[in-house]
Amino acid sequence: MVAFRLPRGSEVRKGRRIPAPDGASRVREFRVYRYSPDEDESPRLDSFEVDLDKSGPMVLDALIEIKNSADSTLAFRRSCREGVCGSCAMNIDGTNTLACTKAIDDVRGPVKVYPLPHMPVIKDLVPDLTDAYAQYALVEPWLKTESPPPARERLQSEEDRRKLDGLYECILCFCCSTSCPSYWWNGDRYLGPATLLQAARWLEDSRDEAAGERLNALEDPFRLYRCHTIMNCTKTCPKGLNPARAISDIKRRIQQRR
Amino acid sequence: MRLLTPLARARGDGSAHEGAHHWWMQRVSAAALVLLGAWFAWSVPYLVGANHGEFVAWMARPVNSLLLVLLVIAGFYHGWLGVRVVVEDYVHASVARMTTLAVCAGISWLAAAGAVLAVLRTGMGGA
Repeated sequence: MVAFRLPRGSEVRKGRRIPAPDGASRVREFRVYRYSPDEDESPRLDSFEVDLDKSGPMVLDALIEIKNSADSTLAFRRSCREGVCGSCAMNIDGTNTLACTKAIDDVRGPVKVYPLPHMPVIKDLVPDLTDAYAQYALVEPWLKTESPPPARERLQSEEDRRKLDGLYECILCFCCSTSCPSYWWNGDRYLGPATLLQAARWLEDSRDEAAGERLNALEDPFRLYRCHTIMNCTKTCPKGLNPARAISDIKRRIQQRR
Repeated sequence: MRLLTPLARARGDGSAHEGAHHWWMQRVSAAALVLLGAWFAWSVPYLVGANHGEFVAWMARPVNSLLLVLLVIAGFYHGWLGVRVVVEDYVHASVARMTTLAVCAGISWLAAAGAVLAVLRTGMGGA
């Protein structure tokens, strides 16, 4: 059944409070989810006061400042710090987004930072995305052809190339999938918006020759039709993409071939 | 404990190659309910204050019997499609899910058949 309560040992407790260093003038409070598998304890919410004069403008900058100055054990993923790698996806101020493109000034009150919802937590803000990546692999996200390769590049008209706009930009941060209630309840079988958007990206590609096979793999009450057009995915996408529309397009395409 | 690879877990037993019919029928029955519901809402005010005889006479008119039967069928069918989604969403153990779905299907069939029978018997002067 659906878990309406957190499993035992998962309730978030009040954590430590680490004040700003003396002489800090622009202080902002960050409440950060902490969990360590090495300690046999429930997760806790630590409160860090950050001197914004020492930090950059984004939530990721503040997290890096916390890790550098206050608590080096804080774990989070980050790489590009400019919204193209998708590593620092987390739940900030109640919304899944990228820490590197979320401005601290856009948050009112204490900045609450949690890992992506409803995924197993490896440590602190690092979720286990193993199964989500496996679902991505399931849709075989690569160009599939049987015709002999052409001597030069595979041609695509500008018009057909434009059909990939809004799909190819996805950075696979999984903000959308982990914001979806259907994915929370049935994430083991429902593929989730991130993976379905990618499936749509290969279905739309005029150079691909495996559309029928791809639709066969998707037509399933759980893999695809768990989407009930809740649209949390579209609302939360930090890249401004529309996974809900991509999923609708797949459903329409399956209906049209019947 | 089963030591499956993540890909084996994701693939599971594969695609059921099903779901499109359910999805489409949800939309078709919804559209039917919009039309039939509008007809019903339009008809009801004329029946306010009617006695039993007048009501039966209204029901006995072929157009009204036909549309009422369609309304009842579309309503229970749409309801059953929706209940099925809810059960699939929230009941995860497969035996419990199949049992719940079967019971809900039975209730829907029973209720729909009963309602159709009531319309026909009333319309044909049986009751």
